[in-house]
Amino acid sequence: MSKKPKEIIEDLGKDLTKEVLANKPPIMDVPIRALSNVTYDKKSRTLQLGSKKSERNFFNVAHSKKFLQTLEVAAASKELLEVGKHTSLRDVFYMIKRTIPNTKINIVDEQTESDDAIEDLEVLTGLSREQLNINANKMGSVAGHVVIEDKGDEIDWSRMGSGGWSIPSNVEEIKFKKVNAKYVIYMEKAAVWERLHEDKFWDKQNCIIMSSQGQTTRGIRRLLQRLSQEHSLPIYVLCDGDPYGYYIYSVLKYGSINLAHMSESMTLQNAKYLGITVDDIEKYGLKKNLIAFKEVDMTRLEQLQNYEWFKDHKEWQRQFKMMKTLKAKLEIQALSSRGISFISDKYLPEKIKNKDWLD
Amino acid sequence: MTKPIAEELAKKQKDISVAEFFERNRHLLGFDNKRKALLTVVKEAVDNSLDACEEAKILPEIQIQIVEMGNDRFRITVEDNGPGIVKKQIPNIFAKLLYGSKFHTMKQARGQQGIGISAAVLYAQLTTGRPAKIWSRISPQDVAHYYELHIDTQKNEPEIVKDEEVNWKKENGVKIELDIDASYQKGDQSVDSYLKQTAIANPHATIIYTNPKAEQLVFPRASDKLPKEPTEIKPHPYGVELGIMLKMLKNTECRTLQSFLTQEFSRVGPGTAKEICDKSGLFTNMKPGELQLPHVEKLVEAIKTTKIIAPSTDCIVPIGEELLEKGLRKEVAAEFYTAVSRSPDVYKGIPFVIEVALAYGGEQPADQPIRLLRFANRVPLLYQQGACSSTKAVVQTNWKPYGLSQSQGAIPAGPLTLVISLVSVWPPFTSEAKEAVAHYPEIIKEMKLALQEAGRRLGSYVNKKRRVADQQERVGIFENYIPEVADALSRLSGTGKERIMESLKKMLSKNKEYIQAHKEAHKVEVRDKKDKEEQVKLGGFEDE
Repeated sequence: MSKKPKEIIEDLGKDLTKEVLANKPPIMDVPIRALSNVTYDKKSRTLQLGSKKSERNFFNVAHSKKFLQTLEVAAASKELLEVGKHTSLRDVFYMIKRTIPNTKINIVDEQTESDDAIEDLEVLTGLSREQLNINANKMGSVAGHVVIEDKGDEIDWSRMGSGGWSIPSNVEEIKFKKVNAKYVIYMEKAAVWERLHEDKFWDKQNCIIMSSQGQTTRGIRRLLQRLSQEHSLPIYVLCDGDPYGYYIYSVLKYGSINLAHMSESMTLQNAKYLGITVDDIEKYGLKKNLIAFKEVDMTRLEQLQNYEWFKDHKEWQRQFKMMKTLKAKLEIQALSSRGISFISDKYLPEKIKNKDWLD
Repeated sequence: MTKPIAEELAKKQKDISVAEFFERNRHLLGFDNKRKALLTVVKEAVDNSLDACEEAKILPEIQIQIVEMGNDRFRITVEDNGPGIVKKQIPNIFAKLLYGSKFHTMKQARGQQGIGISAAVLYAQLTTGRPAKIWSRISPQDVAHYYELHIDTQKNEPEIVKDEEVNWKKENGVKIELDIDASYQKGDQSVDSYLKQTAIANPHATIIYTNPKAEQLVFPRASDKLPKEPTEIKPHPYGVELGIMLKMLKNTECRTLQSFLTQEFSRVGPGTAKEICDKSGLFTNMKPGELQLPHVEKLVEAIKTTKIIAPSTDCIVPIGEELLEKGLRKEVAAEFYTAVSRSPDVYKGIPFVIEVALAYGGEQPADQPIRLLRFANRVPLLYQQGACSSTKAVVQTNWKPYGLSQSQGAIPAGPLTLVISLVSVWPPFTSEAKEAVAHYPEIIKEMKLALQEAGRRLGSYVNKKRRVADQQERVGIFENYIPEVADALSRLSGTGKERIMESLKKMLSKNKEYIQAHKEAHKVEVRDKKDKEEQVKLGGFEDE
């Protein structure tokens, strides 16, 4: 990309102004971010945004507010880029939140509206929100024998105390100085990460451990991708043995509907699902720790079964089928029933050694 | 030897005086309470005046005055410009119950039984002891007669207190003055409301009313056209029950059953008459007077199974769409008016017509139930709304498509006055007080059809109004947004805010086409929403 983000944003404004001055109604063509415009590309094995666009015409009651919101977000972002500062999604909400004079109309009422407008701006300009100087909250920890440079500071991931290094939402500017690890384990649960960290698992196994709380943030996904691509590290994913855990893995590996426009910079082609699998239940004697399915679990499981990328995947279909008959799920922490450090002493080393994972 | 018990009982068996009859049945006659009594007295007098004027082809001008005399006592005076009543008939008409000209005819009129005005006179007599005062003059050439009348409650005969010739400036007409116990209140069931509604259904009448608060209300006529005179028809066999049949057979001058059937009924020709006789096993040449009860029963049964064409309907005079709308227009301030006249239909062999009119909008409250005005032969029905077939028809009609809100099984809510009028040679009331129309399926069906037609017209008006309001609101939205959009665009592009604003404003004012893409836009929204739903259905998980 030769143009700078600030110029791209300005061009968006200039094009619309040109239309207005030529007495043409200003219209934005926003690529549709919905299932109907997302396809699974078998070649790249990622979700891709299609070419469908929806017209956002200012002179259209149904669109005018969204039109204004998108412009406001663009103007806020331009301001950030001009002064070279970063801000959070919440801050952007407050930057544009106000009441139109002499009316009861608020430009935004809730943060979801400004968040939506930011995503629209992303697909309109092809810029990620990090490039627009807008960051999400940081929500993850990492530890391992890695040294990086961030904004001129040298940071050693092995010397960050009990909390580990907290991963920022923009990791583009980070430089890897030294990477001494054989693989990365990414886990769904912060509590599990703390267990492994206390056990110095990353030191003993010479790996990197990383987690966020729940769904993976963009920063973490990007960091994982960089480690995988720039340092050829295998990525292992550790989640609860339930449909939601499977879905976290699915998003990491293939992408999601909302971020289909950024699949290239997000997806992890060679991520492996380490556990918890249904086979683990038998293998590690965890039957008594099963949690019965709720109705929603079953629906989600059936949805997963029908995802295009899982449809022809025999191993996964076998997992789904077994879980369906079992009608129960298993949390990672269930491993603690076999001993507090069972996970770091036995479970993970054995799984990795035996290549006991799903692709 | 003891006397048979029947002898003892016989001592107690005697004529019931009309006074006693009245006391026991006052609720049936509309004198349940003091408030209602005031209304009933006015109503009976006004109904008679209107009937008389129309029969004489005179445009009615009726003056009503109610004066409060203290102690719940009121003096009611009703004066018309009708044909007057000949001297000889005055006592009977006003001071004899069940005396009248209308009971025996099949003809559309307000009064029916000949009970109304004399019941009012009796009520006055029972509550205040004062005689009814009557003035009557039949032409400028004749003198005016003045009567003071009581009713002999033992014999049901008039008792003449005073009878004299007087000077009266009126050329022709009747005036009645009654003192009664009553109470006056305003509201939906008041005399005020009754007269206003009477003015709606009788746009050819002028009504001048002075209420007990000494406020004069004038309801001027909206039309100089008298309603066409209703013609009298003979009863249709389907509407005749055993009792009436017996009476008709007894009174007829016809010599044979065949001629009785063809001459005393409408729509019975020789063929039909023969069929009826054959079915009931009677000879066509029997003398009507010789028929015994079992024969008559068979006859009535046979009629039920014989196909007889519906009665002619030209005997009914509806108000008419134009006049009904005019009447409503002058008494209810609203934005939109319409009226629907159905063609005549028949219940139990009796022809009737349903008419509906409505007035929408204006100052009428939008969050209250609609105002329903019911009429039977142009007489407002103020009581027993819940028991009336018109209420049922309103409730059974779906008003939502017509722009009103309505909960299940309820009267709709909205800024609407709705008129439902039934005219018939014999409107079927649920009681003698003539307060509610009975639930005949034919009548309810006609009412619903008329309501739907009027409703459709209302719906298209309401929708159009809504569209215009939407359009204005839309322009308003853009006017609010334009400065903001111009500001943001100016910040992004560096072009002056004023220039952008000017251009946008010009587009808005010049070209409505930009903002009419609304419907299309709505489609897009719906699609987006559908996608979102689908996404939730398929993905089921929020990411990030």
